Amino acid sequence: MKEKKILDSKPRSPLRQIAMGILYFILVVVALLQLYPLVWLFLLSLKTNQEVFGMSPFALPKSPRWENYINAWFDGGINQYFFNSVWYTIVAVVLTLILASFVTFALTRMEWKFKGVVLALFMIAYMIPLHSTLIPLFNIYNKMNLIDNPVSIILSYTTFNLPITIMILLGFYQSLPREIEEAAVMDGCSVHRIFFRITLPMTAPVLATTAIINMIYNWNEFVFVNTFISSEKWKTITVGVNNFVGQYLTDWGAIGATLVISILPILIVYLFLSDRIIEGLVAGSVKG
Amino acid sequence: MKNVMSNKTAIILYVLPSLLLVLFLIYIPIALTGYYGLMDWSGVGQMKFIGLENYKKLIHDKLFWESTWHSVLLALFSVLSLIGYLIVSLILASKIKGGNLFRKIYIIPMLMSSVAIAQLWIKIFDPMNGLINSLLSMFGIKETPLWLADPDMALYSVFIPIVWQYAGFYIIIMYAALINVPQELIEAARIDGANAFQIAYKIKVPLISGVLKVLVILAVVGSLKYFDLIYVMTGGGPGHATEVIASYMYKEAFGKFNFGYGSAIGFGLLILSMGATWMIQKMLRVNQE
Repeated sequence: MKEKKILDSKPRSPLRQIAMGILYFILVVVALLQLYPLVWLFLLSLKTNQEVFGMSPFALPKSPRWENYINAWFDGGINQYFFNSVWYTIVAVVLTLILASFVTFALTRMEWKFKGVVLALFMIAYMIPLHSTLIPLFNIYNKMNLIDNPVSIILSYTTFNLPITIMILLGFYQSLPREIEEAAVMDGCSVHRIFFRITLPMTAPVLATTAIINMIYNWNEFVFVNTFISSEKWKTITVGVNNFVGQYLTDWGAIGATLVISILPILIVYLFLSDRIIEGLVAGSVKG
Repeated sequence: MKNVMSNKTAIILYVLPSLLLVLFLIYIPIALTGYYGLMDWSGVGQMKFIGLENYKKLIHDKLFWESTWHSVLLALFSVLSLIGYLIVSLILASKIKGGNLFRKIYIIPMLMSSVAIAQLWIKIFDPMNGLINSLLSMFGIKETPLWLADPDMALYSVFIPIVWQYAGFYIIIMYAALINVPQELIEAARIDGANAFQIAYKIKVPLISGVLKVLVILAVVGSLKYFDLIYVMTGGGPGHATEVIASYMYKEAFGKFNFGYGSAIGFGLLILSMGATWMIQKMLRVNQE
């Protein structure tokens, strides 16, 4: 981004400097409000109960208690939840991206009737509040013996992420040049070959964006797991953390450590791919 | 040669799986929600058809309207906070140094699950050892509030982490729209002697009004169906002080096993969300003219 400062293009007057000061003050205050609770959480995760309850919340832990993390991970059973989250997330993201790419390819590249209807069905699905589907979904999964079974979670994640993923992909597919595909048609390539060998590789950047957005949604999802899963061995970190906190009510350090573990994977990804994540969040919202 | 791209088997292969998923896991459940609402049903065993009884009960259910009012309050609160976000994004988009870094910091809470945010803010609001009350005591305030435990304050206390969660999201979207405002228009206005406020108010904001309208709809619909954070933080309590539509539905269905009545509430939520979207679209279009 170009850092051409318009406010500097005129000679600096004291008034202008005060104005700039106020603007920065606002931005810094908002940044502190957004960030400080997380700093506090991290400090909390390294404290003993005496430090939490007896001392100022702004104090640094005397000797950081990394045991809090080890206790949460092993004794609290967070490791099981964590691995469940990892594989549900990966499987659902892969399924969503493949299915959404298929649909978007058919919608933008192929010739058929009812395109408009199908597109509308996906778009309207995006607006339906998930909670209104919860009771019938529970019943459907129950009849199919999929309650307390990870399949119900993966199916739900995949389906409910399809509309937004298709929406983001559509914009990209429409902007993609078609010459190579048209040449491939001339050369007598089959549809599948064109899709897998030409179109899909060209969409790699937008696939990366949608993969990250999907990953964040799935990792943080709560209500499906809380409703459809009852055994500990199938729970995800989001729901597991909630149970953990219920059990270790008074051990704030361990609770803090658990919460940090649950948000760390996304934060690490964000550290490396922040621009892509922001781009995905913007693309997914405004086209709605 | 066009035949390759109108290969019927390929189209069916590509579209049908997703279409079936969306039909069976979104559209059919939505229709079933309305249908189950006509039943007396505990989730297991036989359904008993009772006609419109559940819907009649819903219309006279004080708790349902109380929950709806709380959801509507959240929607109003979310829409009002858009003004604050707009001011922040106008500052960010004025090509201020470090704007990109600020933007990246603001979005961080949005990356967390509502559950983690809820658990974190339960600790922040803790009357004895929480961050806020410790801060207030440092400033010498003796009578610190109870926050989530005070029925009169709980609802507004719950709104704070929700704003914290979504602020960055709205800011980055407004920012993305603002930096696309053509630079020539701003330059022209500046040459005509417009000051920063006038440029913001008369040029930038009207030019991004399309995005702002979408954000108003997102804020309202998102608020009406809001669930996770409130459910985890307060469970709708104390009493029903923070009950919202979705939490009321969830508790009726999966807490009390009133699946029939729960479905009626779920159907009410659907009608309200769709109705609100339609109404806002109408209202904002009228304002434009």
